Amino acid sequence: MKIVVLVKQVPDTAEERKLDLATGQLDREAADSVVDEINERALEAALRIKDANKGTEVVAMIMGPDDATQSLRKALSMGADSGVHIVDDSLDGADTGRTAATLAAALKATGFDVVMAGNESTDGRAGVVPAMVAEHLQLPLLGSLISAEIADDGVRGVRQGEGGTLNVRAGLPAIITVTERFPEARFPNFKGILTAKRKPVTRLSVAELGVPTGASRTVVVSTVERPPRAAGRKLIDDGTAADELAEFLVANRLV
Amino acid sequence: MSNVLALIEVSHRGEIAASARGLLAAAATLGSPVAVVVSSAPLADDDVARLGELGAARIYSAVTAAAGTVLVAPAVDALSGAVDAYGPAAVLTANSVDGREAAARLAVRVGGSVLADVVQVHSDNGTVVAQHSVFGGAYTVESMVEGGLPLLTIRQGAIEGQAPAATADVDTVSLEARTEGAAVIDQFNDDAAVSVRPELRTAATVVSGGRGLGSSENFVLVEQLADTLGAAIGASRAAVDAGYIAQTAQVGQTGVSVSPQLYIALGISGAIQHRAGMQTAKTIVAINKDEDAPIFEVADFGIVGDIFTVVPKLIEAVKARSN
Ligand SMILES: Cc1cc2nc3c(=O)[nH]c(=O)nc-3n(C[C@H](O)[C@H](O)[C@H](O)COP(=O)(O)OP(=O)(O)OC[C@H]3O[C@@H](n4cnc5c(N)ncnc54)[C@H](O)[C@@H]3O)c2cc1C
Repeated sequence: MKIVVLVKQVPDTAEERKLDLATGQLDREAADSVVDEINERALEAALRIKDANKGTEVVAMIMGPDDATQSLRKALSMGADSGVHIVDDSLDGADTGRTAATLAAALKATGFDVVMAGNESTDGRAGVVPAMVAEHLQLPLLGSLISAEIADDGVRGVRQGEGGTLNVRAGLPAIITVTERFPEARFPNFKGILTAKRKPVTRLSVAELGVPTGASRTVVVSTVERPPRAAGRKLIDDGTAADELAEFLVANRLV
Repeated sequence: MSNVLALIEVSHRGEIAASARGLLAAAATLGSPVAVVVSSAPLADDDVARLGELGAARIYSAVTAAAGTVLVAPAVDALSGAVDAYGPAAVLTANSVDGREAAARLAVRVGGSVLADVVQVHSDNGTVVAQHSVFGGAYTVESMVEGGLPLLTIRQGAIEGQAPAATADVDTVSLEARTEGAAVIDQFNDDAAVSVRPELRTAATVVSGGRGLGSSENFVLVEQLADTLGAAIGASRAAVDAGYIAQTAQVGQTGVSVSPQLYIALGISGAIQHRAGMQTAKTIVAINKDEDAPIFEVADFGIVGDIFTVVPKLIEAVKARSN
């Protein structure tokens, strides 16, 4: 079985992330770039299948600037067999539509039985790219799963819905996206870090994939920064703080 | 006036989703709202009346045997049929698990573009402009689509107000039940307790508990304060991971974003990912025994103290004052 895991490099959510107020684009200097945690969980799920079944091949695929190789190396050091890096200046600031069209072409070229991804990235939070890829490739999507079983005859899983969960299934090939209910990712071990350097990484350009180079069609019109919140009163409880808080809530008509 | 489609989700029990009000309100600010509904039987008169009350001028009622057995695909087929029938200026879906997948697939099918997690909409000389709240409310960004159909996923609970009521004309169409390239639904598992508490996304007051609660038994403290204040219940990811409360209560970066009048954080450190989901609240109250907890940086009223002594007293004090 061949599993391709889509990984995205994002600004670390543990730091203050910034937008460039002139362009509305991400300020890449402001925060460190990391593999989005949700993609690491997807990779972990793929690696667990590989742990249990040695015939499994796991490919990590990333679209991003040159320095996204860092994230690909991390995926390889965790245990992915090979990497695909889609890198092209014309993809700078690509919107979800362009990203999905490009990923779909790269997935077709790479081949797979299952594609695994996170349900939404922590930067864009759009949660639409895997479904767009599925539509391009005319494939079933099992999205927002809280658990999954992947076998040669298909995938089944539990999807987090709005008022409860759903048991869903599809034949292969298929695309699945995982939520945070999937287990946390393993840390790369020393051997993994050493062998990652020798694992193959394929670089693909937009021209090689044959996707149109047109600009993104969603455009940012304005970006406004909200003034930071100021801290208010802070009391050390000496037994009367609860009363003072109740007084504050009443005075501000909050109860 | 141009048509604007709104995908109205209906639960497998036949209930119109709570997101319908906001979707139709947003659609009405952009044009004439057309509710697109997928169901296995023709819409009941009650549902037609309800959608009219919420502002639907027309209803595109797609009837298919695949409703409730095939995942998302029937909604995409219905929307693309409605796009052909009405030539809309925009398509709106909830930013729900189903809504965003439907919008995404439709964008590819009809050559449109998605504007995601929209909190406000307006029309600028006929151009649809969407507003987003980015990085936990740190930025407000406006965006639009240049050429091609805009598809907007609307953040649930973000749009206030309601569209003017209308009497909806119903166009009923029957859809083929296609299953190729789609996932199948085997079973629905409803959430156990249908809560009598307000819904988290739209509640005026939210009381959230964190790892500081220490156990799921202790989490009742959060429930008691919430019930005293008529509040919804939220939680940090650590509290969810520890199993104190269901994941649907998670507030933050990867959970629900809330903007209530009052947000009370109990035993929550205030990691940046948690603050990303609640720092647009009007008033923030925090109780934490660690004086240096980052939650105090955003709290209007902070108490450095033990939740197990402060909260029971707070409940008494609030009850005493409201009598
Ligand atoms: C990609 C990513 C996404 C994330 N998304 C989210 C998200 O959506 N939401 C979210 O919440 N987190 C999220 N997190 C996790 C976040 O980083 C924190 O780990 C989490 O918010 C911590 O939860 P907590 O404050 O309950 O726990 P802790 O940080 O452990 O804090 C517990 C607090 O309770 C206090 N306390 C303990 N006992 C008492 C007592 N008796 N009385 C008073 N105070 C007490 C302690 O002083 C401490 O400050 C995310 C992390 C990552 C990496």
